[in-house]
Amino acid sequence: MLHEILAYEFMRNALLAALLSSVACGIIGTYVVVKKIGFISGGIAHTAFGGIGLGYYLGINPLLGVIPFSLFAAVAIGLMSKKAKVAEDSAIGTFWAVGMAVGVICIGLKPGYAPDLFSYLFGNILTVPTFDLWMILLLDLFIIGVVWLLNKEFLAISFDEEYARVSGLKTTALYLLMLCLIALTVVVMMRVVGIVMVIALLTIPAAIARMFSRTLPGMMVLAIALSSLFSIIGLWFSYQWDLASGATIIVVSGSAFFLVHAWRQLTAVLKAQ
Amino acid sequence: MKDPIIQCDQLSLLLGGMKVLDKVTLSVHDGDFLGIIGPNGGGKTTLLRVILGLEAPSAGSVRVFGGAPGSFPARIGYVPQRLFFDRDFPISIRELVLMGRISNKKLFQHYNKRDREKADEAICTAGLERLAERRIGDLSGGELQRALIARALAGDPELLLLDEPTASIDPQMKTTIYDLMEHLKEKLTIVLVTHDTGTISRYVTRTASLNVTLELYESALSPNRESLSALYHYPVNPVVHHSQVSRTLDHP
Repeated sequence: MLHEILAYEFMRNALLAALLSSVACGIIGTYVVVKKIGFISGGIAHTAFGGIGLGYYLGINPLLGVIPFSLFAAVAIGLMSKKAKVAEDSAIGTFWAVGMAVGVICIGLKPGYAPDLFSYLFGNILTVPTFDLWMILLLDLFIIGVVWLLNKEFLAISFDEEYARVSGLKTTALYLLMLCLIALTVVVMMRVVGIVMVIALLTIPAAIARMFSRTLPGMMVLAIALSSLFSIIGLWFSYQWDLASGATIIVVSGSAFFLVHAWRQLTAVLKAQ
Repeated sequence: MKDPIIQCDQLSLLLGGMKVLDKVTLSVHDGDFLGIIGPNGGGKTTLLRVILGLEAPSAGSVRVFGGAPGSFPARIGYVPQRLFFDRDFPISIRELVLMGRISNKKLFQHYNKRDREKADEAICTAGLERLAERRIGDLSGGELQRALIARALAGDPELLLLDEPTASIDPQMKTTIYDLMEHLKEKLTIVLVTHDTGTISRYVTRTASLNVTLELYESALSPNRESLSALYHYPVNPVVHHSQVSRTLDHP
Protein backbone atom coordinates (compact mmCIF):
# COMPACT_ATOMS: atom_id res chain seq x y z
CA MET A 1 0.00 0.00 0.00
CA LEU A 2 2.57 2.52 1.19
CA HIS A 3 4.94 1.04 -1.32
CA GLU A 4 2.52 1.79 -4.09
CA ILE A 5 2.09 5.40 -3.00
CA LEU A 6 5.80 5.98 -2.67
CA ALA A 7 6.41 4.86 -6.20
CA TYR A 8 5.32 8.32 -7.33
CA GLU A 9 7.84 11.10 -6.96
CA PHE A 10 5.15 13.66 -6.16
CA MET A 11 3.94 11.44 -3.32
CA ARG A 12 7.44 11.08 -1.96
CA ASN A 13 7.84 14.87 -2.07
CA ALA A 14 4.46 15.33 -0.46
CA LEU A 15 5.35 12.99 2.37
CA LEU A 16 8.70 14.69 2.88
CA ALA A 17 7.06 18.10 2.91
CA ALA A 18 4.53 16.90 5.47
CA LEU A 19 7.20 15.45 7.76
CA LEU A 20 9.59 18.39 7.42
CA SER A 21 6.93 20.99 8.05
CA SER A 22 5.70 19.03 11.07
CA VAL A 23 9.02 19.76 12.75
CA ALA A 24 8.61 23.53 12.57
CA CYS A 25 4.91 23.19 13.27
CA GLY A 26 5.39 21.14 16.46
CA ILE A 27 8.10 23.36 17.91
CA ILE A 28 6.57 26.74 17.14
CA GLY A 29 3.00 25.51 17.60
CA THR A 30 3.94 24.67 21.18
CA TYR A 31 4.83 28.31 21.85
CA VAL A 32 1.71 29.51 20.03
CA VAL A 33 -0.46 27.32 22.25
CA VAL A 34 1.17 27.98 25.63
CA LYS A 35 1.50 31.69 24.97
CA LYS A 36 -2.04 31.81 23.53
CA ILE A 37 -1.07 33.76 20.44
CA GLY A 38 -3.08 31.77 17.92
CA PHE A 39 -4.93 34.82 16.66
CA ILE A 40 -1.67 36.72 16.08
CA SER A 41 -0.35 33.73 14.18
CA GLY A 42 -3.50 33.69 12.05
CA GLY A 43 -2.96 37.40 11.38
CA ILE A 44 0.64 36.85 10.30
CA ALA A 45 -0.42 33.98 8.04
CA HIS A 46 -3.09 35.97 6.26
CA THR A 47 -0.93 39.07 5.95
CA ALA A 48 1.59 36.82 4.23
CA PHE A 49 -0.78 36.54 1.30
CA GLY A 50 0.34 40.05 0.37
CA GLY A 51 3.81 38.60 -0.10
CA ILE A 52 2.51 35.91 -2.42
CA GLY A 53 0.75 38.52 -4.52
CA LEU A 54 3.88 40.65 -4.57
CA GLY A 55 6.09 37.71 -5.55
CA TYR A 56 3.64 36.77 -8.29
CA TYR A 57 3.54 40.35 -9.57
CA LEU A 58 7.34 40.62 -9.63
CA GLY A 59 7.57 37.23 -11.31
CA ILE A 60 9.74 35.63 -8.62
CA ASN A 61 9.15 32.46 -6.60
CA PRO A 62 6.28 33.43 -4.30
CA LEU A 63 8.17 31.85 -1.39
CA LEU A 64 10.83 34.55 -1.81
CA GLY A 65 8.15 37.23 -1.72
CA VAL A 66 6.37 35.77 1.23
CA ILE A 67 9.36 35.44 3.59
CA PRO A 68 10.23 39.14 3.89
CA PHE A 69 6.56 40.10 3.79
CA SER A 70 5.53 37.79 6.62
CA LEU A 71 8.55 38.80 8.73
CA PHE A 72 7.54 42.41 8.26
CA ALA A 73 3.97 41.53 9.25
CA ALA A 74 5.20 39.76 12.39
CA VAL A 75 7.31 42.69 13.55
CA ALA A 76 4.65 45.27 12.66
CA ILE A 77 1.81 43.44 14.41
CA GLY A 78 4.03 42.78 17.42
CA LEU A 79 5.19 46.38 17.73
CA MET A 80 1.73 47.79 17.13
CA SER A 81 0.18 45.71 19.88
CA LYS A 82 3.07 46.16 22.34
CA LYS A 83 4.23 49.72 21.85
CA ALA A 84 1.52 51.75 20.13
CA LYS A 85 -1.63 52.06 22.14
CA VAL A 86 -3.61 49.95 19.73
CA ALA A 87 -5.81 47.13 20.94
CA GLU A 88 -4.12 43.92 19.92
CA ASP A 89 -7.10 42.49 18.08
CA SER A 90 -7.57 45.70 16.08
CA ALA A 91 -3.90 45.63 15.04
CA ILE A 92 -4.16 42.00 14.03
CA GLY A 93 -7.46 42.43 12.19
CA THR A 94 -6.16 45.39 10.24
CA PHE A 95 -3.00 43.63 9.10
CA TRP A 96 -4.96 40.48 8.34
CA ALA A 97 -7.25 42.27 5.88
CA VAL A 98 -4.74 44.75 4.44
CA GLY A 99 -2.23 41.97 3.74
CA MET A 100 -4.82 40.01 1.82
CA ALA A 101 -5.95 43.16 0.01
CA VAL A 102 -2.38 43.92 -1.13
CA GLY A 103 -2.14 40.37 -2.43
CA VAL A 104 -5.39 40.63 -4.36
CA ILE A 105 -4.38 43.99 -5.87
CA CYS A 106 -0.96 42.72 -6.95
CA ILE A 107 -2.47 39.65 -8.57
CA GLY A 108 -5.07 41.80 -10.32
CA LEU A 109 -2.33 44.06 -11.72
CA LYS A 110 -0.61 41.15 -13.44
CA PRO A 111 -2.44 40.20 -16.60
CA GLY A 112 -3.47 36.61 -17.04
CA TYR A 113 -4.71 33.88 -14.78
CA ALA A 114 -2.86 32.92 -11.62
CA PRO A 115 -3.17 29.15 -11.68
CA ASP A 116 -1.44 28.06 -8.50
CA LEU A 117 -2.81 30.83 -6.33
CA PHE A 118 -5.38 28.48 -4.95
CA SER A 119 -2.65 26.19 -3.73
CA TYR A 120 -1.11 28.94 -1.58
CA LEU A 121 -4.46 29.73 -0.02
CA PHE A 122 -5.56 26.17 0.62
CA GLY A 123 -2.37 24.20 0.18
CA ASN A 124 -1.48 21.60 -2.34
CA ILE A 125 1.10 19.31 -0.98
CA LEU A 126 1.03 17.17 -4.13
CA THR A 127 2.71 19.86 -6.19
CA VAL A 128 5.61 20.72 -3.89
CA PRO A 129 8.69 21.25 -6.05
CA THR A 130 12.11 20.09 -4.83
CA PHE A 131 13.26 23.70 -4.40
CA ASP A 132 10.53 24.26 -1.82
CA LEU A 133 11.57 21.10 0.02
CA TRP A 134 15.08 22.47 0.45
CA MET A 135 13.62 25.76 1.57
CA ILE A 136 11.48 24.02 4.18
CA LEU A 137 14.49 22.04 5.40
CA LEU A 138 16.56 25.23 5.71
CA LEU A 139 13.84 27.03 7.64
CA ASP A 140 13.44 23.99 9.90
CA LEU A 141 17.13 24.03 10.75
CA PHE A 142 17.04 27.76 11.41
CA ILE A 143 14.02 27.44 13.70
CA ILE A 144 15.57 24.54 15.61
CA GLY A 145 18.81 26.48 16.00
CA VAL A 146 17.18 29.62 17.37
CA VAL A 147 14.91 27.70 19.72
CA TRP A 148 17.85 25.65 20.98
CA LEU A 149 19.85 28.79 21.69
CA LEU A 150 17.01 30.68 23.32
CA ASN A 151 14.96 27.94 24.94
CA LYS A 152 15.28 29.36 28.45
CA GLU A 153 14.35 32.86 27.31
CA PHE A 154 11.39 31.64 25.24
CA LEU A 155 10.19 29.53 28.16
CA ALA A 156 10.42 32.56 30.45
CA ILE A 157 8.47 34.91 28.18
CA SER A 158 5.88 32.24 27.39
CA PHE A 159 5.31 31.51 31.03
CA ASP A 160 5.21 35.00 32.48
CA GLU A 161 6.40 37.90 30.37
CA GLU A 162 6.40 40.40 33.21
CA TYR A 163 8.51 38.21 35.45
CA ALA A 164 10.89 37.70 32.53
CA ARG A 165 11.20 41.47 32.22
CA VAL A 166 11.86 41.86 35.93
CA SER A 167 14.59 39.23 35.51
CA GLY A 168 16.33 41.54 33.06
CA LEU A 169 15.29 39.95 29.77
CA LYS A 170 14.65 42.07 26.70
CA THR A 171 11.13 40.75 26.46
CA THR A 172 9.90 42.85 23.54
CA ALA A 173 12.83 41.85 21.34
CA LEU A 174 12.39 38.19 22.30
CA TYR A 175 8.66 38.36 21.63
CA LEU A 176 9.24 39.89 18.19
CA LEU A 177 11.78 37.19 17.43
CA MET A 178 9.22 34.58 18.46
CA LEU A 179 6.66 36.16 16.12
CA CYS A 180 9.25 36.07 13.32
CA LEU A 181 9.73 32.35 13.90
CA ILE A 182 5.96 31.97 13.68
CA ALA A 183 6.07 33.87 10.37
CA LEU A 184 8.73 31.48 9.03
CA THR A 185 6.69 28.51 10.21
CA VAL A 186 3.70 29.89 8.33
CA VAL A 187 5.86 30.00 5.21
CA VAL A 188 6.87 26.39 5.79
CA MET A 189 3.30 25.24 6.30
CA MET A 190 1.86 27.22 3.41
CA ARG A 191 2.64 24.50 0.90
CA VAL A 192 1.05 21.83 3.04
CA VAL A 193 -2.24 23.30 4.20
CA GLY A 194 -2.26 26.82 2.75
CA ILE A 195 -2.30 30.10 4.64
CA VAL A 196 -6.02 30.03 5.36
CA MET A 197 -5.68 26.79 7.31
CA VAL A 198 -2.18 27.17 8.73
CA ILE A 199 -3.52 28.18 12.07
CA ALA A 200 -5.26 24.84 12.56
CA LEU A 201 -2.16 22.75 12.01
CA LEU A 202 -0.10 25.17 14.08
CA THR A 203 -2.35 24.85 17.11
CA ILE A 204 -4.13 21.47 17.03
CA PRO A 205 -1.17 19.08 17.42
CA ALA A 206 0.34 21.29 20.15
CA ALA A 207 -2.99 21.67 21.91
CA ILE A 208 -3.43 17.90 22.05
CA ALA A 209 0.23 17.41 23.05
CA ARG A 210 -0.22 19.83 25.93
CA MET A 211 -2.76 17.56 27.59
CA PHE A 212 -0.21 14.78 27.85
CA SER A 213 3.03 16.68 28.45
CA ARG A 214 4.87 17.64 31.59
CA THR A 215 7.52 19.79 29.96
CA LEU A 216 7.77 22.12 27.01
CA PRO A 217 10.36 20.03 25.11
CA GLY A 218 8.19 16.95 25.66
CA MET A 219 5.22 18.84 24.31
CA MET A 220 7.21 19.84 21.22
CA VAL A 221 8.25 16.27 20.45
CA LEU A 222 4.70 14.99 20.87
CA ALA A 223 3.32 17.85 18.75
CA ILE A 224 5.81 17.01 15.97
CA ALA A 225 4.74 13.37 16.11
CA LEU A 226 1.04 14.24 16.05
CA SER A 227 1.46 16.72 13.24
CA SER A 228 3.33 14.11 11.18
CA LEU A 229 0.66 11.54 11.94
CA PHE A 230 -2.22 13.83 10.96
CA SER A 231 -0.44 14.87 7.77
CA ILE A 232 0.25 11.27 6.74
CA ILE A 233 -3.29 10.11 7.50
CA GLY A 234 -4.73 13.14 5.74
CA LEU A 235 -2.50 12.55 2.76
CA TRP A 236 -3.55 8.91 2.59
CA PHE A 237 -7.26 9.78 2.73
CA SER A 238 -6.82 12.41 0.07
CA TYR A 239 -5.03 9.88 -2.13
CA GLN A 240 -7.68 7.20 -1.54
CA TRP A 241 -10.71 9.33 -2.21
CA ASP A 242 -9.19 12.04 -4.34
CA LEU A 243 -9.81 14.84 -1.86
CA ALA A 244 -8.03 18.20 -1.47
CA SER A 245 -4.91 17.28 0.51
CA GLY A 246 -4.57 20.36 2.76
CA ALA A 247 -8.23 20.37 3.71
CA THR A 248 -8.18 16.65 4.43
CA ILE A 249 -5.19 17.06 6.76
CA ILE A 250 -7.05 19.79 8.62
CA VAL A 251 -10.22 17.71 8.91
CA VAL A 252 -8.19 14.78 10.25
CA SER A 253 -6.46 17.03 12.81
CA GLY A 254 -9.69 18.68 13.86
CA SER A 255 -11.44 15.33 14.26
CA ALA A 256 -8.59 14.10 16.43
CA PHE A 257 -8.86 17.25 18.53
CA PHE A 258 -12.57 16.73 19.14
CA LEU A 259 -12.17 13.02 19.77
CA VAL A 260 -9.44 13.55 22.35
CA HIS A 261 -11.52 16.18 24.12
CA ALA A 262 -14.64 14.04 24.05
CA TRP A 263 -12.67 11.10 25.40
CA ARG A 264 -11.24 13.24 28.22
CA GLN A 265 -14.67 14.53 29.13
CA LEU A 266 -16.07 11.03 29.11
CA THR A 267 -13.33 9.59 31.32
CA ALA A 268 -13.71 12.53 33.70
CA VAL A 269 -17.43 11.89 33.99
CA LEU A 270 -16.93 8.15 34.47
CA LYS A 271 -14.30 8.80 37.12
CA ALA A 272 -16.61 11.15 38.99
CA GLN A 273 -19.26 8.46 39.27
CA MET B 1 25.72 54.50 57.67
CA LYS B 2 25.44 52.34 54.58
CA ASP B 3 23.47 53.56 51.62
CA PRO B 4 19.88 52.39 51.65
CA ILE B 5 18.92 49.51 49.38
CA ILE B 6 15.74 51.25 48.28
CA GLN B 7 15.45 55.02 48.37
CA CYS B 8 12.23 56.71 47.23
CA ASP B 9 12.10 60.51 47.36
CA GLN B 10 8.85 62.40 46.89
CA LEU B 11 7.75 59.66 44.51
CA SER B 12 4.49 60.32 42.68
CA LEU B 13 2.80 58.31 39.99
CA LEU B 14 -0.19 59.01 37.80
CA LEU B 15 -1.88 56.10 36.08
CA GLY B 16 -4.56 57.03 33.57
CA GLY B 17 -4.90 60.48 35.16
CA MET B 18 -5.35 59.04 38.64
CA LYS B 19 -2.83 59.76 41.33
CA VAL B 20 -1.83 56.31 42.55
CA LEU B 21 1.19 57.35 44.60
CA ASP B 22 1.61 60.80 46.08
CA LYS B 23 4.95 62.07 47.38
CA VAL B 24 6.03 58.76 48.82
CA THR B 25 9.33 58.96 50.65
CA LEU B 26 10.76 55.72 51.90
CA SER B 27 14.09 54.13 52.53
CA VAL B 28 14.77 50.48 53.10
CA HIS B 29 18.09 49.48 54.60
CA ASP B 30 20.08 46.30 54.63
CA GLY B 31 18.41 43.77 56.93
CA ASP B 32 15.05 45.53 57.11
CA PHE B 33 11.83 43.61 56.98
CA LEU B 34 9.30 46.20 55.93
CA GLY B 35 5.62 45.37 55.86
CA ILE B 36 3.45 47.62 53.70
CA ILE B 37 -0.25 47.49 54.41
CA GLY B 38 -3.13 49.39 52.92
CA PRO B 39 -6.45 49.03 51.16
CA ASN B 40 -6.99 47.75 47.63
CA GLY B 41 -6.12 50.43 45.12
CA GLY B 42 -3.91 52.09 47.69
CA GLY B 43 -0.88 51.72 45.44
CA LYS B 44 0.93 48.87 47.19
CA THR B 45 1.47 46.78 44.08
CA THR B 46 2.26 49.89 42.06
CA LEU B 47 4.99 50.87 44.51
CA LEU B 48 6.59 47.45 44.05
CA ARG B 49 6.28 47.81 40.29
CA VAL B 50 8.10 51.15 40.44
CA ILE B 51 10.86 49.60 42.53
CA LEU B 52 11.15 46.82 39.95
CA GLY B 53 11.32 49.25 37.07
CA LEU B 54 8.02 48.13 35.54
CA GLU B 55 6.47 51.58 36.00
CA ALA B 56 8.29 54.88 35.69
CA PRO B 57 7.49 57.51 38.33
CA SER B 58 5.74 60.69 37.19
CA ALA B 59 7.72 62.75 39.70
CA GLY B 60 10.32 62.18 42.35
CA SER B 61 13.13 59.67 42.31
CA VAL B 62 13.72 56.02 43.07
CA ARG B 63 17.11 54.40 43.55
CA VAL B 64 17.51 50.70 44.05
CA PHE B 65 20.99 49.50 45.06
CA GLY B 66 22.11 52.99 44.17
CA GLY B 67 20.98 52.71 40.54
CA ALA B 68 17.87 53.18 38.47
CA PRO B 69 15.15 50.59 39.09
CA GLY B 70 15.66 47.53 36.92
CA SER B 71 19.46 47.95 36.82
CA PHE B 72 20.23 44.98 39.04
CA PRO B 73 17.72 42.22 38.33
CA ALA B 74 19.98 39.54 39.80
CA ARG B 75 20.01 41.19 43.22
CA ILE B 76 16.23 41.24 43.56
CA GLY B 77 13.86 38.35 44.10
CA TYR B 78 10.26 39.10 43.19
CA VAL B 79 7.17 37.17 44.22
CA PRO B 80 4.27 38.53 42.19
CA GLN B 81 0.74 38.46 43.46
CA ARG B 82 -1.40 38.32 40.41
CA LEU B 83 -0.73 35.06 38.71
CA PHE B 84 -0.26 36.11 35.13
CA PHE B 85 0.64 32.63 34.10
CA ASP B 86 -1.55 29.79 33.15
CA ARG B 87 -1.99 27.05 35.75
CA ASP B 88 -2.15 24.48 32.94
CA PHE B 89 1.29 25.39 31.63
CA PRO B 90 3.27 22.17 31.18
CA ILE B 91 6.02 22.86 33.68
CA SER B 92 7.18 21.22 36.91
CA ILE B 93 8.00 23.03 40.14
CA ARG B 94 11.67 22.28 39.57
CA GLU B 95 11.64 24.01 36.21
CA LEU B 96 9.58 26.89 37.52
CA VAL B 97 12.12 27.48 40.28
CA LEU B 98 14.98 27.09 37.81
CA MET B 99 13.54 30.07 35.94
CA GLY B 100 14.52 32.17 38.93
CA ARG B 101 18.14 31.66 37.85
CA ILE B 102 17.63 33.48 34.57
CA SER B 103 18.60 36.87 36.01
CA ASN B 104 22.07 35.41 36.67
CA LYS B 105 22.49 34.03 33.18
CA LYS B 106 23.55 35.56 29.90
CA LEU B 107 21.55 35.36 26.70
CA PHE B 108 22.01 31.96 24.96
CA GLN B 109 23.56 30.46 28.11
CA HIS B 110 21.91 27.22 29.12
CA TYR B 111 21.24 26.32 32.75
CA ASN B 112 24.11 24.32 34.22
CA LYS B 113 24.71 22.07 37.22
CA ARG B 114 25.19 25.01 39.57
CA ASP B 115 21.87 26.52 38.52
CA ARG B 116 20.14 23.23 39.19
CA GLU B 117 21.78 22.98 42.61
CA LYS B 118 20.69 26.50 43.48
CA ALA B 119 17.15 25.70 42.37
CA ASP B 120 17.11 22.53 44.49
CA GLU B 121 18.37 24.49 47.47
CA ALA B 122 15.54 26.99 47.07
CA ILE B 123 13.04 24.14 46.72
CA CYS B 124 14.31 22.72 50.04
CA THR B 125 14.08 26.10 51.76
CA ALA B 126 10.48 26.38 50.68
CA GLY B 127 9.83 22.80 51.82
CA LEU B 128 8.78 21.52 48.42
CA GLU B 129 11.25 18.64 47.93
CA ARG B 130 8.57 16.02 47.64
CA LEU B 131 6.58 18.04 45.13
CA ALA B 132 9.49 19.09 42.91
CA GLU B 133 8.45 16.97 39.93
CA ARG B 134 4.77 17.89 40.12
CA ARG B 135 3.19 20.00 37.43
CA ILE B 136 2.27 23.42 38.76
CA GLY B 137 -1.36 22.74 37.89
CA ASP B 138 -1.47 19.97 40.51
CA LEU B 139 -0.51 22.25 43.39
CA SER B 140 -2.66 23.92 45.99
CA GLY B 141 -2.63 27.71 46.28
CA GLY B 142 -0.25 27.62 49.22
CA GLU B 143 2.15 25.21 47.54
CA LEU B 144 2.20 27.31 44.41
CA GLN B 145 2.86 30.41 46.48
CA ARG B 146 5.83 28.71 48.12
CA ALA B 147 7.05 27.63 44.69
CA LEU B 148 6.98 31.27 43.60
CA ILE B 149 8.98 32.22 46.68
CA ALA B 150 11.44 29.44 45.83
CA ARG B 151 11.74 30.83 42.31
CA ALA B 152 12.60 34.24 43.75
CA LEU B 153 15.16 32.68 46.12
CA ALA B 154 16.85 30.60 43.42
CA GLY B 155 18.48 33.70 41.98
CA ASP B 156 20.35 34.34 45.28
CA PRO B 157 18.83 37.79 45.80
CA GLU B 158 19.74 40.32 48.47
CA LEU B 159 16.34 41.94 48.39
CA LEU B 160 13.06 40.06 48.37
CA LEU B 161 9.85 41.80 47.24
CA LEU B 162 6.63 39.98 47.99
CA ASP B 163 3.23 41.08 46.79
CA GLU B 164 0.39 39.64 48.87
CA PRO B 165 1.99 36.23 49.34
CA THR B 166 -0.85 35.10 51.58
CA ALA B 167 -3.78 36.27 49.49
CA SER B 168 -6.19 33.50 48.57
CA ILE B 169 -4.66 30.72 50.63
CA ASP B 170 -6.02 29.04 53.73
CA PRO B 171 -5.02 30.29 57.22
CA GLN B 172 -2.81 27.35 58.06
CA MET B 173 -0.82 27.79 54.89
CA LYS B 174 -0.45 31.47 55.72
CA THR B 175 1.36 30.51 58.88
CA THR B 176 3.87 28.37 57.02
CA ILE B 177 4.49 31.18 54.55
CA TYR B 178 5.12 33.62 57.40
CA ASP B 179 7.36 31.13 59.16
CA LEU B 180 9.31 30.83 55.94
CA MET B 181 9.65 34.61 55.89
CA GLU B 182 10.82 34.60 59.49
CA HIS B 183 13.56 32.22 58.44
CA LEU B 184 14.51 34.29 55.40
CA LYS B 185 14.76 37.60 57.17
CA GLU B 186 18.01 36.46 58.79
CA LYS B 187 19.73 36.65 55.42
CA LEU B 188 17.61 38.94 53.28
CA THR B 189 16.15 42.39 53.18
CA ILE B 190 12.43 41.94 52.70
CA VAL B 191 9.62 44.21 51.58
CA LEU B 192 6.24 42.61 51.98
CA VAL B 193 2.97 43.99 50.72
CA THR B 194 -0.03 42.51 52.45
CA HIS B 195 -3.59 42.65 53.64
CA ASP B 196 -2.83 40.71 56.80
CA THR B 197 -2.62 43.77 59.00
CA GLY B 198 -2.88 41.82 62.21
CA THR B 199 -0.43 39.09 61.38
CA ILE B 200 2.55 40.87 59.95
CA SER B 201 3.32 42.88 63.08
CA ARG B 202 4.79 39.73 64.63
CA TYR B 203 7.33 39.37 61.89
CA VAL B 204 8.30 42.71 60.43
CA THR B 205 10.80 45.21 61.76
CA ARG B 206 8.89 48.17 60.38
CA THR B 207 5.41 48.81 59.07
CA ALA B 208 4.22 51.34 56.54
CA SER B 209 0.66 52.03 55.59
CA LEU B 210 0.03 53.10 52.06
CA ASN B 211 -3.10 54.69 50.73
CA VAL B 212 -1.78 56.87 47.91
CA THR B 213 0.30 58.60 50.58
CA LEU B 214 2.62 56.64 52.78
CA GLU B 215 2.90 56.66 56.53
CA LEU B 216 5.85 54.94 58.12
CA TYR B 217 5.99 53.39 61.58
CA GLU B 218 9.56 53.10 62.75
CA SER B 219 8.97 49.99 64.80
CA ALA B 220 7.55 46.54 64.60
CA LEU B 221 4.54 47.69 66.54
CA SER B 222 1.49 47.41 64.41
CA PRO B 223 -0.51 50.51 63.75
CA ASN B 224 -3.27 50.52 66.32
CA ARG B 225 -6.82 49.71 65.62
CA GLU B 226 -7.93 53.32 65.29
CA SER B 227 -5.34 54.22 62.72
CA LEU B 228 -6.03 51.03 60.78
CA SER B 229 -9.71 51.80 60.70
CA ALA B 230 -8.93 55.28 59.47
CA LEU B 231 -6.71 53.82 56.74
CA TYR B 232 -9.27 51.35 55.53
CA HIS B 233 -12.32 53.53 56.08
CA TYR B 234 -14.08 50.71 57.85
CA PRO B 235 -13.61 48.99 61.21
CA VAL B 236 -10.65 46.63 61.31
CA ASN B 237 -10.40 43.68 63.63
CA PRO B 238 -6.97 42.38 64.45
CA VAL B 239 -6.80 38.66 63.73
CA VAL B 240 -5.31 36.49 66.44
CA HIS B 241 -2.40 34.59 65.05
CA HIS B 242 -1.57 31.22 66.51
CA SER B 243 2.07 30.41 66.78
CA GLN B 244 2.86 27.16 65.12
CA VAL B 245 6.07 25.42 64.25
CA SER B 246 6.08 24.50 60.65
CA ARG B 247 7.23 21.07 59.59
CA THR B 248 8.24 22.36 56.24
CA LEU B 249 11.18 24.34 57.55
CA ASP B 250 12.73 21.63 59.66
CA HIS B 251 15.49 20.17 57.63
CA PRO B 252 17.82 17.62 59.10
